[in-house]
Amino acid sequence: MTTANGTASAAGTKRSFKLLIVDDSNIMRRRIERSQQFDELEVVGSASNGLEALELFKKTDPDLVTMDITMPHMDGIECIQRLVELKPEVRILVISALADKATAVDAMEKGANGFLHKPFTDRQLNEAIAELIRGL
Amino acid sequence: MLQEHELKTFVEGTTNYFEVAAQQPATVGSPYLVTDGTPAVHDYTGIITITGKREGIVYFTAPRAMLTVLLMKMQESDFSHENMRDLVGEVANTISGNARRDFGSEFIISVPSVVSGEKSEIPLAPGARSFVIPINWRSHSAKLVVSLK
Repeated sequence: MTTANGTASAAGTKRSFKLLIVDDSNIMRRRIERSQQFDELEVVGSASNGLEALELFKKTDPDLVTMDITMPHMDGIECIQRLVELKPEVRILVISALADKATAVDAMEKGANGFLHKPFTDRQLNEAIAELIRGL
Repeated sequence: MLQEHELKTFVEGTTNYFEVAAQQPATVGSPYLVTDGTPAVHDYTGIITITGKREGIVYFTAPRAMLTVLLMKMQESDFSHENMRDLVGEVANTISGNARRDFGSEFIISVPSVVSGEKSEIPLAPGARSFVIPINWRSHSAKLVVSLK
């Protein structure tokens, strides 16, 4: 059975999902962790660039990733491609200030499943994460 | 060369940032052209370098007191120097990134660089037209400077 917010449950048990947060801003990483309201999500790590994200991804095997685009060392677009190669079923929500359509299309073509523009409200964040969980 | 009508996207981006991120709108004053020297900066300045179809810089400069209140509004409890630098860079990044809605994907933005201290001087892009967009939020004043060829 799937509940309204995308929670999978059976006989009172809840599935849990692992979340990796990727953003070069510490404030944004903390904001995403603090604002997400899903009991079934466990934040397994946070990374400040694509290279760190790849390392953490291999160690923690997350189900969901929130991904910034403009980051040093390895940007979000390349990182999405690398994560999807490692685990095609991973669900990725891009959270970026880049507001042009071409970037969103590029991210989706590389394997992202959703796109949320910065700045965002807590409600917008939770709706976007709920949509991602529904796909798991 | 930057035209007056192109400033609209930065004015709207600034207004939207404060309205959404801080749940309290800012008042944005009339932009004015920099005709002499470089605009004075506040305690923290987040700088984005623009390349691609346009060249130049966009920077957001704000006093520590304003950034402290902004962090509080974001439910953040760490008011360290590092978090001030992080926030001022993130504001500059968000407003510049949002401008791609109008300028397109060839308006390429760098990761933010940050300087602190009121005595800093941020060089404007040579040969560019530079505008200051005054920002008033609560009792604090900040600036967005757009310097683009």
